[in-house]
This record gives sequence, structure tokens and C-alpha cells, in this order.
Amino acid sequence: MPHDHHHEEHEALVIEDDAGNIEAQIIVDALQEVLISKGLLTATEVTGAIAKLESPGIHLGAQVVARAWTDPAYKRRLLKDGRAAVQELDIPVTEARIIVVENTDQLHNLITCTLCSCYPRSILGQPPSWYISKAYRARSVREPRRVLAEFGLSLPHDVQLDVHDSNADMRYLVLPQPPADVARRSVQELEASISRDHLIGVAREVA
Amino acid sequence: MTRFSAGDIVTVLALGKRGHVRIPHYIRHQTGEIVGYCGTYLNPEDLAVGNTGSRAIDLYRVAFAQTRLWPDEDHPAQDRLIIEIYDHWLAPAAGDL
Repeated sequence: MPHDHHHEEHEALVIEDDAGNIEAQIIVDALQEVLISKGLLTATEVTGAIAKLESPGIHLGAQVVARAWTDPAYKRRLLKDGRAAVQELDIPVTEARIIVVENTDQLHNLITCTLCSCYPRSILGQPPSWYISKAYRARSVREPRRVLAEFGLSLPHDVQLDVHDSNADMRYLVLPQPPADVARRSVQELEASISRDHLIGVAREVA
Repeated sequence: MTRFSAGDIVTVLALGKRGHVRIPHYIRHQTGEIVGYCGTYLNPEDLAVGNTGSRAIDLYRVAFAQTRLWPDEDHPAQDRLIIEIYDHWLAPAAGDL
């Protein structure tokens, strides 16, 4: 990559496709420089927009799940209308609808977006890079059990696997099963035990 | 009144539309079961070209048996793929799955 100019004013976003091409990165870089040099945009505004994008995170999803584990009435509301139940916790929701899918002894749920990178960003933040990869997007629908095995989860054959493709307007959150000693843990401990992978469905047991 | 309700058997059409189409190729021509109604949404095929004036359309969640989607793979019989399909991409299917 030709990189003979200085980037002191702003940190470049890294945008490359699966093949490692950085064409989009070069275009974004050039556009940003032009906008800043013409006074239409400041580096501070760019940084602010990035911070805003990055401020939601897994802690919000974990908060929702821990509440559902400890409050049966909340869990019912969450499964009925995910968006309204998330908003109850004063979490701003940008998604049209959030559908919460519950894991049980007989059922495991896995979330994917085969067409792009749809993800419940209001409650999980930005998706991990593997979620956006063409390999995950193709294989999560075609051979999901092999994908889960690569994440270290060998799902028993008698547990049904539902794969949810977020191809259109819905966004999905997996409600994992609570740990056996859920009643003995504090809400803070419960929240800390929940990982992003549990909420996408590439992990199942919450330790 | 929606055209389909939960339990209905439907086939996904292959409309051959170009542009911002949200119905992936792997699900076209496939037959599955309506498992949920999502409400009405503006058609992304119109929104992508700046047309925000068209009527909102019904969106359904449809479940498909993985064994039927990928017969060459070794999926357990009960595993499902669930995806959202807009009304105009669906046709009623005759008979059982």
C-alpha cells in the first residue's frame, strides 16, 4: 500500500475484504482527507462518530440475559418483545425488532447473516471479524455443526440446532441457559460469565 | 389479514430481480413452514434505490429442514434453518413438506 502521507490528524479505519484487498480503505482515506481539508468534517467529529459506534458492547447484552435469568416475568416479556424489554433497561435500541431465541436442553440457536453483517449492534456492539467473514456466512448455514465444533462446541445429535439467518429486518439474540448455580451468584457475577459467543450461539455452556 | 399464517407450507420464489435483494440464492425454490409473522416493512429492493414511497409489505419467518436444503450434508433430521422472507417472494405450496 502506498502510504507516503501523514496520518497525524486521524487514525485510519482498516477496511479490507476477505482477500485482503484494501481498495475500500484507500477510498475512505482519500475521501476523509478531502472532507477534512475542505473544512466539511473535522478529525474530532470522525473520532466522535467512531466512539459512538463502538460504545454499545457485550455488557449490554449480558445485562439483558442476567436479568432474564433472575426475573421470570422479565424473561417472558423479553421472549415476547425483545426490543421493548431491552428498552425497559434504558438501553437505546436502533433495531426495528429484536427476536430473542432461547436455548433449552433440547434446542440450541445460532445466529448468522449470510448476506452481510446484520447483528444486534445496540446490545452487542460491532460484530467480530469472523462473523462478517464469507467463510462463517456460508458455512454457518450449510455445515453449522462443523462450525460449532471448530469453536469447541460439539453439539449432541439429539439437541436440535436452529440457525437464524438475519437476512432482512429482524435482529436476533440468543438467550443461553443459566448456569446451575444461578441463584447463588450475584447479578454482577452472572453478567461477567456471559460472553459474546454465548449470545451469537457459537458457545453454549455458561461456566 | 395476512396471506399466510403459522403452519402454512410455502415455497420461496426465484423472482430473478437484480439489485438489493435480501432473499439469498440458497433459499430460492425451497419449501418450508411459516413459523412467525414479523409485521410490515418497506421493501429493501425499493429502499436501496431511494424509493421510500412504496407500500410496506408483510415479512414472515420461515423454517426449512436442513436435510432438504443441503442433502449432501449430514444434518440431523430435526435441524432447521429459519430465515425472513417478504410476502412477494412466497407462494403457497401444495401438500406436506
